[in-house]
This record gives sequence, structure tokens and C-alpha cells, in this order.
Amino acid sequence: MSNTLIVARRELGGYFATPVAVVFIVIFLVLQGVLTFNLGNFFDRNQADLAPFFNFLPWVFLLLVPAITMRLWAEERRLGTIELLLTLPITQAQAVVGKFLAAWAFCAIALALTFPFVITVNYLGRPDNGVIATGYVGALLVAGSFLSVGAAMSAVTRNQVIAFVLAVAVCFLFAVSSYPLVTDFLSRNAPLAADIARRVSVAERYQAFTRGVISLRDVLFFTSFIGFWLFLNAVIVEHRKAD
Amino acid sequence: MPVPSEPALIKIQGLTKRFGGFTAVDHVTFQVSRGEVLGFLGPNGAGKSTTMRMLAGFVTPTAGTARICGHDVQTDSVAARRCLGFLPEGAPNYPEMTVTAFLTFTARVRGYAGAELARRVAHAVQMTTLESVRLQPIETLSKGFKRRVGLAQALLHDPPVLVLDEPTDGLDPNQKHEVRSLIARMAPTKAIIISTHILEEVDAVCSRAIIIADGRVVADDKPAALVKLHPSGKLDDVFRQITQPPATPKRAA
Repeated sequence: MSNTLIVARRELGGYFATPVAVVFIVIFLVLQGVLTFNLGNFFDRNQADLAPFFNFLPWVFLLLVPAITMRLWAEERRLGTIELLLTLPITQAQAVVGKFLAAWAFCAIALALTFPFVITVNYLGRPDNGVIATGYVGALLVAGSFLSVGAAMSAVTRNQVIAFVLAVAVCFLFAVSSYPLVTDFLSRNAPLAADIARRVSVAERYQAFTRGVISLRDVLFFTSFIGFWLFLNAVIVEHRKAD
Repeated sequence: MPVPSEPALIKIQGLTKRFGGFTAVDHVTFQVSRGEVLGFLGPNGAGKSTTMRMLAGFVTPTAGTARICGHDVQTDSVAARRCLGFLPEGAPNYPEMTVTAFLTFTARVRGYAGAELARRVAHAVQMTTLESVRLQPIETLSKGFKRRVGLAQALLHDPPVLVLDEPTDGLDPNQKHEVRSLIARMAPTKAIIISTHILEEVDAVCSRAIIIADGRVVADDKPAALVKLHPSGKLDDVFRQITQPPATPKRAA
């Protein structure tokens, strides 16, 4: 087993060592249920799709993903275990990627447990399950993007609350940067910035997936977004590990 | 006894660490050969832990080099760390893991699997007498047990080099004795550095002692030779004499 996976396995086990993981997943599922069925008017729309479910998902992730990542590095530094972890014969990159993969796997588990939504919509009508599948792929990529931001923010501080707040703030920027409120303001004042803001928007890229479109461009965007933040994570860990 | 034909397993050359304007470790140079147990002494803040952290590849030196079994800890750090068993200051552990799960994790990272992994973990548990708490989460253990879990993790892969930052801190006298005899048993086949505040420990287990003050090595000799530096012949007095700035001489009345 490669060192990355060994780190990931330990980290994932750490999530489930306490009831926090289960509580977290329950909150996620209840929140998604309430948002989809009540606020999203799932039944009144009379359409056999999961659009309300997928539309709310990034906003739920915005709050819950930083809660998953806040402990990743902050806790290691607070306990001093970072000194143990990084003096084992593993590279810093293996530790960074391993931790990220564990958090991503945790998100994937939470997402997989939303299967009753898929069953419900299939029972009630004949949805395009291909669109639902691409929606899930997009959701996983959005989760990965927010996780990579959150992991990097967790390395900045040894205080989990600060890590959480920083992660929500940064993720929020990438979630709303394509919204008219932001782009209108920017295009009036700095047209070039408006264009950039739209292009780096996680929400905008995600929209294509929820419509059933997977383009190479968007996949490349998400992978380079995650890669960039993981690289930043490694740089921050290297710089601040012994503080 | 040091093996003269073999190159030293630990080689530290001009190691320096500055934090901003503060020099924590200042051109520290020494070597440790197989068979030696080096006692690393010094007041709090003298630079003991920082030196050990640089040796373990956790803190990046400002200048100088450190080598473990010939591998530079900066340029060839993973290979250097494979040869090293390191007990960080305070023996940090993952509190939610059980003793066995924690040791299994470190054994996996060290590349063991299957029956060999189980044998290594069992051996480490047995050496540090952790059998009774094997399946308990580490957070539920007493301070002495936690320290021994850290020690077990450092010994698990039977490394040629051991760096132990205060291995007996927080242990009761019996446990201290056990750890010291464990170190003494391993001494002939390894190069070992232990840092300690307990000067009697130096007499008990160390074949050599280095005293460090303000980041500099101020004494490096066999314990028997060090005690001769003070007329009283006590290591305590030697320690005080060379690590405290000399008292200003009283003006003659």
C-alpha cells in the first residue's frame, strides 16, 4: 500500500472514531432533504429530475466541507502529532494528498448516502439518470475543490474555528464569483476582473454538470483548482509546521 | 563500545538555526557512532529539541548539515528517516487511536505488511510492556503509558539510530528504570541520542554527554570526565557551573 493511501486510511478512520462523522452525515442528509423537498418544491414542480437537490448542494457544501477539513492540519499542529507524522519516512506531498483523499472519500460516502433521492425520483417518474450521474460527478468535484481550499486553510492555523471561518470565506468567493451581483459590479469597474471572476467560479462550472454536460475544460478546471490548492497546502505546511 | 572501522551513524556539522534574530542553535557539531548513548543536556530553551528536530528533518536548518547513516536529512530526507526512530518532545500521539491501531499505522508507513507487520507490532508492544493496554484508545492512557507508546513507535522498525527527546519524562521510578534498561540493552547495536533533565540518567545509561547552552556545545565528554570539571565531583554542579553565566564577582569591601 502506498504511503498516501496509508495516511488516507488513518485519517478516514479518525473521522469515524467519534460519533461526529455520523452526526455530520445525518445533518447533511436532513439539510439536503429539507432544502430539496420544502424549499426546492420538489413535488410541486412536477418534473422528474433532481435539479432542486443539485442546486442547493454547493451551498450546503460551502458550510459543511470546511467542517470536514478544519481539523486536518490544525489538529495535528495543536496536538504536536505533525512532528510525528512528518518525521515518518513519507514525503510532505504524500501527507497532503493522503489527508485530502480521506476528506474526499468522506464526502463521497455522504454523497452516496443521498441515494434515496435517486430512488424517489425514479419511483415517481422517469428521470434522465444520465443527468443525475453527471450531477453527482460535478458535486464530487465541487466538494473536492472546497476540500482543497479548506485543507490549505487548516494548515494556516492551529485553531480549528479560525480554519473553518477562513475556509468558508475563501470558498464563498469562488462560489459567488459568477453571480450577477459580483460580475455586474466588476464589469462596470474592472471588466477584465469580471471575466476572470466568471472563469474561476466553481458554481458556474458546476452548473454544466447539473445539466448533463461534462466538458474537458471543466474537468481540467476542477483538477487544476484542486491541484493548485493542494500545492499551496504543501507550501503552507512546509513553512509553518514547526511554528 | 564504538566500532572504530565504521563511519559515525549520526554526523552533525555546523548545524545552525535562527528564528528571526534569535539564534536557537549555533554551529553545533558532533558525531555519534554505533554503540554510543549520547546524553544531550542543557537548560530549557538551550536548543536541545531544536537540534533533535533538525536531525529528524522536521525543522529546516539555517546552515550546516546533519546526516543519518550517511543520508543527508535535507536532500535525502526519506532515506534518512527510514534509519531513524524518533520520539518527539512530549511524545505526541493520535488520541482517538488504540495502541495497536497507532503502531500498525506507523508499521505500515515503515513498509511492513502481513505477518511481519503483526510480529513487529507485537514485539514493540512487548518491549515497552504495553500488552495490558493494547486495545485502549491512547487518550484514555496515563502519561507513562502514552510516553511508552511513543517509544514503541520509535523502536518498532529496529532502527540503527534512535533520537529520543526526554524519553523518561513523566514516568514513575520503576518505569524510568525499565526504559533505562531497555536503552542499555539496545545500546551496543545502535547510535542513540537522549535528551534529559535528569542528570542521574546520564550516569545510568550514557556513554557520553554533551552539554548545550544558548545553542552552543559547551562540554562534550564521558560522564566520568565531565564530573571532574567541578571540585565537588557532582554532575549537578558541573551543569550549573557551565550553563549559568558566572555570577558577578562581589566588590571587595
